[in-house]
Amino acid sequence: MPVNETLSQYSDWSYTTATAIYVLALVFFLIEQSFGAKGRLAAERSRERQLVGAGAPTSATETTTDTPAPAAPRGRVERIGRMGASLLVLGALLHLTALVLRGLATHRVPWGNMYEYIMAVTFIAVVTWLYVIRKFPVRHLSGFMLLPVVILMFIGGTLLYTVAAPVVPALQSYWLVIHVSAAATSSGIFLVPGVASIFYLFRSAYERNGKFARFATKLPAADVLDRVAYRTTVLAFPLFTFGVLCGAIWAESAWGRFWGWDPKETTAFVAWVVYAAYLHSRATAGWRGSRAAVINTLGFAVTVFNLFFVNLVTTGLHSYAGVG
Amino acid sequence: MTTTEIPPKPPQYRPTVAKRVLGFLRNTWRGLTAMRTALILLFLLALAALPGALLPQRALNPPKTDQYITDHGWWGTLLDRLQFFSVYSSVWFSAIYLLLLVSLVGCLLPRSFDYVRSMRAKPVLTPRNLSRMPHFREATVERDAADVLAAARARFKGWRTVERDEEDGARSISAERGYLRETGNLVFHFGMLGLIVFFALGKLFTYDGQVIVQATGGPDSVFCNSGIYAYDSFNPGLRVDGTDLEPFCVKINDFAAQYTESGEPTHYSSNIDYQSGADLQTGTWKPYLLEVNSPLRTAGDRVYLLGHGYTPIFTVTYPNGDKRTQATQWRPENQVTYLSDGATKFDPPGITDAAERRTKQLAITGLFAPTSFVHAGVLTSSAPGLNNPMVAIDVMRGDLGLDSGQGQSIFEIDQSMVDDGRLKQVARQNLAVGQSLTLDDGTKVSFDGVQQWVSLQVSHDPTQDYVLVFAVAMLLGLGASLLVKRRRVWLRVRPADGAGNGTVVQVGGLARTDQAGYGEEFTRIADELLTGGKRK
Repeated sequence: MPVNETLSQYSDWSYTTATAIYVLALVFFLIEQSFGAKGRLAAERSRERQLVGAGAPTSATETTTDTPAPAAPRGRVERIGRMGASLLVLGALLHLTALVLRGLATHRVPWGNMYEYIMAVTFIAVVTWLYVIRKFPVRHLSGFMLLPVVILMFIGGTLLYTVAAPVVPALQSYWLVIHVSAAATSSGIFLVPGVASIFYLFRSAYERNGKFARFATKLPAADVLDRVAYRTTVLAFPLFTFGVLCGAIWAESAWGRFWGWDPKETTAFVAWVVYAAYLHSRATAGWRGSRAAVINTLGFAVTVFNLFFVNLVTTGLHSYAGVG
Repeated sequence: MTTTEIPPKPPQYRPTVAKRVLGFLRNTWRGLTAMRTALILLFLLALAALPGALLPQRALNPPKTDQYITDHGWWGTLLDRLQFFSVYSSVWFSAIYLLLLVSLVGCLLPRSFDYVRSMRAKPVLTPRNLSRMPHFREATVERDAADVLAAARARFKGWRTVERDEEDGARSISAERGYLRETGNLVFHFGMLGLIVFFALGKLFTYDGQVIVQATGGPDSVFCNSGIYAYDSFNPGLRVDGTDLEPFCVKINDFAAQYTESGEPTHYSSNIDYQSGADLQTGTWKPYLLEVNSPLRTAGDRVYLLGHGYTPIFTVTYPNGDKRTQATQWRPENQVTYLSDGATKFDPPGITDAAERRTKQLAITGLFAPTSFVHAGVLTSSAPGLNNPMVAIDVMRGDLGLDSGQGQSIFEIDQSMVDDGRLKQVARQNLAVGQSLTLDDGTKVSFDGVQQWVSLQVSHDPTQDYVLVFAVAMLLGLGASLLVKRRRVWLRVRPADGAGNGTVVQVGGLARTDQAGYGEEFTRIADELLTGGKRK
């Protein structure tokens, strides 16, 4: 079926606009992070509220009344942060539009080459983050979260950009929908615990011996960051496993074997083992906390390595980047 | 813990050898099954698997591996010696995963016993001081104790509960749920164990082979899985010797490819007939549409459509009027335009003297373009579809070296024969379909047409279904073990001091999982228990 070039053009425009809006939101969030002394206090307060909800001993009176903490004074910085969040939602909507239009233009799911895949992964990362900032008092960190997203989208939109086109016969299977969406979703979610774990390392160093005081005092408490990392990893890990499993089923019908140590398969295996180690480390005395955070960061590093190095440098059966 | 204690004096007796061996074994077992060891082994496994993605692997790409070794001198040789080019069958990789397997079994055995025990156990006693629990609510309600308890019993449907009378006239319910978490965890780990075992078993009995078959429906387009020699290449598992292959035959009737305007392939398909089992005796053929992503599954084997290519058909008319026609597959040297090269070889007919025959053998070599584009006499291909086929050929005459006893590639002539001067080029020309050229001795070579070939892969893996079953078990177990929360609720009901003052209700909660996010659910349950109805 021919490619609808008008839709594809609109998709490109949406993508570029979404990226620009993310950059703007990033600036807003950085302002909130940098100048938001009040934001920090708000974070402390909401942290207490969090702990009430999630495991701290409380007395009867505190919980039965269960009123939210008094609303934080709406400073200018706070408003800027809220504007950033609104921009983030707007950017995500445009991002979604770009994906949908791309799919309509090519009459297939919009993750058939690396540009589209990055578009999908970053979209999932943003949506996950939006969910996280609703649940946890970490909105002022959005700038740092958006940084990798914007970098990825920039690389995707410039170096890896591919004209909308159909995919080769090997990719024409309903498994493209299932396998690649599971892989993209889990990779996108993994971005969040990766970033949260890096923050955790800063914050826990500060809480232990006062290092990084200027930066780390503006971070949420280490246990909040740890919880963000754990909850998102626990969501992404089964999804990732599902993606690998579907990949194996697809490989069995496309390439003649379900597992053949193709570079992509190998690196996915490595990432899987690293995240498995992360989950185990949280149940091992002496490995909780910083070590677990290091492992999670490592897992994210392997995921990024899997996206770029394996697709662009090595040659394997997954070389569908559409570049070169 | 204090560290000021004086260490106890070493025992005065010498342990017997048996005791020391036992002690050593016990300590090794404990060390191996400790979670810390498992973690380190997991890291080692990840680290050890990585070279497989970075270095070329012999099992996947032997020529590239050899090239890498020659390119890197002593470093390449060293890596080769250390088995870095066959990581997944190397001693060190196997050692790590075997240790991990032992560690896994050592961890699973005691946990399975614990699991059985905990499944029979009743929920624990209600703690004396419920307010010390991480989650706690208390209220005095007007309803009497029996009402509250009845409502609680209804609320705890699906929970494992036990009701107890306490000393001071209070009555309590202990409720617990989320046992599926531990079940899932065990299912996941046992699933992984099964997966590894069957994966390894598969490596013993698997085989796959590749073969090129003409796609014409004629006698040369039948392939039978009769033995290793039917294949162009064959990779047996450790316990496969190529005898006892499950017999089946396929006949390739045609091949069709669709392309976009820019020449990108969008669809490959091939109509085939196949026979297996009883059909082999009766000679019945069953039809099947073979496509990429849709292999033929028959007789426990799978047949895949891997690729395709073109076969130029040449006819040689000898001066005495004898005609010989050959259709030999040429191989695509360019995977985008399908510009192909090859060698079609002819033995002269009617000559019995071997020495004389070796002066008159012919080979047609050169290039084939499915959609030809000739610029300054040079043939290239502009698209992979069969649109305007043309060949640019050298006709070679002399000794092809076919009698030398050495095997030679069907795609190439033996270059050493050319270098020795025993095989000479006698013509060079571009031919379109139907055109011909005449050699100096009157022999006519004509390019008659083109047919297609397909390359097939036959794969056999008797354990892959079991691997899938265990993988699905792993996935389900993983989901349950990560997303289900094991949590407890206790309810204590006691008449308030003084008659008619209502009932004191206490609710305590504890999640037995780290960072489980139990607060919201507890708040909801406590609300319902305290108010006696659903909130909102």
